[in-house]
Amino acid sequence: MSTSDLTKLTLAAARDGLAAKDFTSLELTEAFLNAIDHSNAALNAYVLPTADQAREMAKASDERLAKGEAGALEGLPLGIKDLFCTKGVATTACSKILEGFVPEYESHVTANLWDAGAVMLGKLNNDEFAMGSSNETSAYGPVINPWRRNGKEDKLVPGGSSGGSSSAVAADLCLAATATDTGGSIRQPAALTGTVGLKPTYGRCSRWGTVAFASSLDQAGPIAKTVEDAAMMLGAMAGHDPRDSTSVDVPVPDYAVSIGESIKGLRVGVPKEYRVEGMSAEADALWTSGIDWLKEAGATVHDISLPHTKYALPAYYIVAPAEASSNLARYDGVRYGLRVAGSDLIDTYEKTRAAGFGREVKRRVLIGTYVLSAGYYDAYYLKAQKVRSLIKQDFDTAWNDVDVILTPTTPSPAFALGEKSGDPIAMYLEDIFTVTVNMAGLPGLSVPAGLSSEGTPLGLQLIAKPFDEAVLFKTGAVIEKAAGHFKPAEAWWATA
Amino acid sequence: MHVDETTVRKIARLARIEITDAEATGLVDELSGILDWVEQLDEVDTSNVEPMARIVPIALKRREDVVNDGEMRDKIVGNAPMEEDGFFVVPKVVE
Repeated sequence: MSTSDLTKLTLAAARDGLAAKDFTSLELTEAFLNAIDHSNAALNAYVLPTADQAREMAKASDERLAKGEAGALEGLPLGIKDLFCTKGVATTACSKILEGFVPEYESHVTANLWDAGAVMLGKLNNDEFAMGSSNETSAYGPVINPWRRNGKEDKLVPGGSSGGSSSAVAADLCLAATATDTGGSIRQPAALTGTVGLKPTYGRCSRWGTVAFASSLDQAGPIAKTVEDAAMMLGAMAGHDPRDSTSVDVPVPDYAVSIGESIKGLRVGVPKEYRVEGMSAEADALWTSGIDWLKEAGATVHDISLPHTKYALPAYYIVAPAEASSNLARYDGVRYGLRVAGSDLIDTYEKTRAAGFGREVKRRVLIGTYVLSAGYYDAYYLKAQKVRSLIKQDFDTAWNDVDVILTPTTPSPAFALGEKSGDPIAMYLEDIFTVTVNMAGLPGLSVPAGLSSEGTPLGLQLIAKPFDEAVLFKTGAVIEKAAGHFKPAEAWWATA
Repeated sequence: MHVDETTVRKIARLARIEITDAEATGLVDELSGILDWVEQLDEVDTSNVEPMARIVPIALKRREDVVNDGEMRDKIVGNAPMEEDGFFVVPKVVE
């Protein structure tokens, strides 16, 4: 098997290949390191490849494989979003303010992955502190989508905030990647790159050791090439952790068994409120295809109403900045990261934060500070949290009649660099279909479903009850089987 | 809700972020635009609604009240931009 064939494998196929001794983890890892060497200049998906560490981990995996002590992800090379603290490896959240920060500890999610035998290829680019929907706010520059419009060479965004993760998975620069989702940051980039992205139920994965953005919304999850791969990843990432009090102590099922299960009799809800103005005709048409595929597989489809849908995004832009302004107060130039000397302590704080935070981060910290400031808490934050209860109640009511909900992941396909970065609200609208899921704490899966007329991917989103990720995997696998897999036509980003 | 430049400067001060005059001017429009947009929440009647507190009703776990962490001063100050004898160094705050 040639080197480029190795990088094209799915996570499950690579696991099987290692078990059959078709290749070693070191060979597999070298194939990815070589691909990163030849591709990262064009895509900017990795902010820090960790080649030496990857080789060491791969060698250790090969030893365990030889002894028959393989973990669930033994020897499988992954990319890690730079929001996960990795012991001894610089972690910046792609912000200048965390320049030079080398964690003394490992995040719970990545520790779980290494315990399962996975190999770290490097740290992946993201929007600064995960604030963005295009990966253009990163202090390390934008990530480029491996997909291009038919016959065009315009650079397209890979979505965000997990744009490094989505681009790397789509361009075969890792077998799968970790990501995080606060308002759509796993599912939207997955949709824009033809990859599979899962935001688990809030509390399914520990937030310990993940750089905090909005603590009541943040959740880690995978971006992968297939639904089965996403199920394998979640199985390793999830689990209870006493260091995160919102981590829920429920068993982690074997998610992979859901793949291929029948959906006969499954009740699928289609919410009328997601048929928004400005949705592209092709996203709408694809949604109809999704309904047909699920019906053909034996599911029943029901019209449902989630009346508070339109209020989720404005409520989110109160709750998320409020929590961010509080979480980001820790970046003070004293304990870690950047420090810009000032005339006194307050001046040092102000200069450090002015130099260290990018424009979008400042904007959100200021909005958050405003809505939490004296006299405004009730009018904004409390109001938004009440609207959030209504959004959750909409879903609770829907679950009386349906088992899973089907929507488009985004209203439109990948856009060009710079196309939306001048208008904050236009960018915020990228998350219109995904943010409700975070507000209600539910699990959501984005599955590639087709191509736009421009030849770029579009995704469908499935939403389920808390801790019912299994139904997402089995339903997602049905869509995947019907829609097929989507890869960019040629690897234009790779140099010889 | 329209925020004026004085308010923008006050918020920036509360958030401990220094802003330039040009930034202050730009932020007046940006923040006003976002606050206008979120004002649509006023359409929603929330008079008998509790604010959301949790996703799934779980009781917080308890553990024995014993020290289970610590003795890592050097690790804690290990990333400090200025450190001396195991302490964080800040500009003089008491005259």
